[in-house]
Amino acid sequence: MKDFLLLFRGGNDMTAMRESPENYQQHLVKWKAWMEALGKQGKFLGGQPLSGEARVISGSKKVVTDGPYVEGKEIIGGYLLVRAADMKEAVRLSSDCPIFEADGIVEVREIRELEA
Amino acid sequence: MREGANTSVTSLVDHLFRHESGRMVSALTRIFGIHNLALAEDVVQEAFLKACQEWRLNPIPPNPSAWLLVTARNRAIDAIRRHRHQVAFSEDITHLLNSEYTAAGTVDGMFLDDEIADSQLRMIFTCCHPALPAEMRIPLTLRTLSGFGIQEIAAALLTNGETITKRLYRARQCIREQEIRFEIPAGGDLEKRLETVYTVLYLLFNEGYNSGRAGELIRKDLCAEAMRLCLLLSQHRVGDRPRTYALLSLMCFHASRFDSRMTRDNEIVLLQDQDRSTWDGELIRRGEYYLGRAAEGEEVSEYHIEAAISAQYALAPSFHETDWILIAGLYDALLTLKANPLVKLNRAVVLGRIHGPQVAIEEIHRIDGWERLASRHYLYNAVLGQLYIEADDHIRARECITRAGALTTSEAEKRLLARKLDTLRPPN
Repeated sequence: MKDFLLLFRGGNDMTAMRESPENYQQHLVKWKAWMEALGKQGKFLGGQPLSGEARVISGSKKVVTDGPYVEGKEIIGGYLLVRAADMKEAVRLSSDCPIFEADGIVEVREIRELEA
Repeated sequence: MREGANTSVTSLVDHLFRHESGRMVSALTRIFGIHNLALAEDVVQEAFLKACQEWRLNPIPPNPSAWLLVTARNRAIDAIRRHRHQVAFSEDITHLLNSEYTAAGTVDGMFLDDEIADSQLRMIFTCCHPALPAEMRIPLTLRTLSGFGIQEIAAALLTNGETITKRLYRARQCIREQEIRFEIPAGGDLEKRLETVYTVLYLLFNEGYNSGRAGELIRKDLCAEAMRLCLLLSQHRVGDRPRTYALLSLMCFHASRFDSRMTRDNEIVLLQDQDRSTWDGELIRRGEYYLGRAAEGEEVSEYHIEAAISAQYALAPSFHETDWILIAGLYDALLTLKANPLVKLNRAVVLGRIHGPQVAIEEIHRIDGWERLASRHYLYNAVLGQLYIEADDHIRARECITRAGALTTSEAEKRLLARKLDTLRPPN
């Protein structure tokens, strides 16, 4: 078993969703159902949605700037940690994610085990 | 005006606490896990505190119960956010509560009516768990399911607040150490666990019905709580069975006479002297209905027989038209299931109604260790005293009634016994 990070990009345009609270609620219910299903299989390790508010700190001078200067579709809206046998299974688990209904992207990354 | 408004808010909040806190603590325990029972109770306290503050300043919401549930739900989410990195919640949902994607939805799910009912059942089975020492079960039940305060429990169980606080503390410790799970038992375990629940509810009811020592109001509350919890049990699939209905029926028949047993001046009125028109007809009808439900099936438990006995008393047109022969037969059946001295004592009294007081006295003398029992418990002496009066043996009657008076702690019993002594022919 390996652990994987699922990065959610775009898709969760919550401002648009919030304008229709019903749609927003329905969308949340789907996320909950998906995660419950992962949890029941013992694959769910954790994860959080992220707010749009962001700062970028860069360089040796640690310059702080607003936002990660990327297209809306590229903004990371949340992450999940899951457990899967291999990359193939992690991708399969991700394919049920409700984000695809909202035109989003899931990036699957394996957690690297560093040599001690 | 201000003062009056505050008083009405306080009494409304007290009333709601008694009725809603058990539901809220159960739902929150389902969320946080039984190991976090104290956290669940804290969140409920916070919600009620907030109600007290808000309702003094603003109009009381149209549905105060719903307002409290929403407040508890919001506080629960706050508590989850505060504690999620340090503590684990209910094992099966802790991962859902740890993620913001799912936390609020999961909490909401646990506040649906069906889920709350389910959680209350889990709480009943937890408070009545066989691994908990027996003396902890009733205080824990009253505290978590019935919203009784420490002092109220102490008053109901005739002990002091310190003792109750200690017992509750040890009960929580015991739940942790024994790893008692917050669940509804299944399979073969269910039968055994239901038995313990019935015992606790039966004792809780009797504590209210028979103690005669604690204040009238608190005793009524104990009976009402035992009946409410038994009803709750009957409404859930695991408790929807004849034995639950038998217990419920028994409670209804007894409770129908609750108010008729005392005069306004707090004097005891014996069954033969009670005004039957003051018995609660609605409770008698419910008793009959539940007795019918109890009869669906082959099973005959001690609760079935006790319910049938109390039905005979409740439905007899008058004391003298009571079917003593039928009741004696029921006591014979009860003896085969529950051969304790108290059942034998009651059976003896019924035999006395049929065959005369001398037979009853002989029956009591046949109870194993009756002399030891009579030296400790007022009831044996009070019963014997009455039988000796009926047998016209006023010397022995005086001895027994005097001893009964010395053994009872109830002022009302003492007065009743004193009244009886006055009717006796003076010694010599």
